[in-house]
Amino acid sequence: MTSAEKYVAAAYLVVFVALLAYVVIIASKLARLEAALTELVERVRARG
Amino acid sequence: MWLRNNALQASALGAGLLLTAAIALIAFYVPTDADQGLSQKIFYFHVPIALTAYACFGWGAWKALRHLWHRDERADLESYVAIHLGVIFGALTIVTGSIWARASWGVWWAWQSRQLVLFLVLFLFYCAYFMLRYSVESGPRRARLSAVYAIFGVVLIPISFLAIRLAEDFIHPTVFTSRGPQMAGSMFFTFCVSWAAMLATAHALYRIELAGKRIDAQLRELGELLT
Repeated sequence: MTSAEKYVAAAYLVVFVALLAYVVIIASKLARLEAALTELVERVRARG
Repeated sequence: MWLRNNALQASALGAGLLLTAAIALIAFYVPTDADQGLSQKIFYFHVPIALTAYACFGWGAWKALRHLWHRDERADLESYVAIHLGVIFGALTIVTGSIWARASWGVWWAWQSRQLVLFLVLFLFYCAYFMLRYSVESGPRRARLSAVYAIFGVVLIPISFLAIRLAEDFIHPTVFTSRGPQMAGSMFFTFCVSWAAMLATAHALYRIELAGKRIDAQLRELGELLT
């Protein structure tokens, strides 16, 4: 692998990793929202 | 009808398809630059990402203006999300540009390039937006202060964009001149697809983040009503 190929691969990898990290963060936020929603539903049920 | 009901999925799908097309064009279609060689292929992601960062900051400022003008509460959150994405794309611009600079010029950064420094100033200005936003208690005052700050920042965009033309910067290349794009048709086509892919990605991420933040706010409100 030439140095130019390494730099091009690194640049594209950075963008890919950043997008992947963003998706993981959004997924964890979604999981937190789901948990909050479940808790609210339980509270409403408990009230009858 | 499907598009209207599944706008978020359609947006994400469109972004995915355009990104795949852009990568395929860069890898298999566009010729290698005779002057810079393979490292020039960074251009097809670096420049579209930078232009998308400008678009996000511009959109954030537009929403901030709407908030101040119409007292639109939703516009404050929309402005915040757009600027958040602008900072992410701005960071990617600096990182990919730095890698390209190392490959082409042999250095990671060139302080004598006015365009690079002005982009860094723009990026740091919008990073400070979050410090301002989170140093003020949530409410109308925070929304107003954030909106004014976001509008001030947008002034830096044309300065940053035109800096290279105004300052005769010989380090950073200029491919878009008053005579049009200085590149082959296939290169310009690939660039346009990459830019569309980046804009579509930013749009999809904007909608996803905004939807998450709105649901979060509604759940908090519901929780408060139940206590």
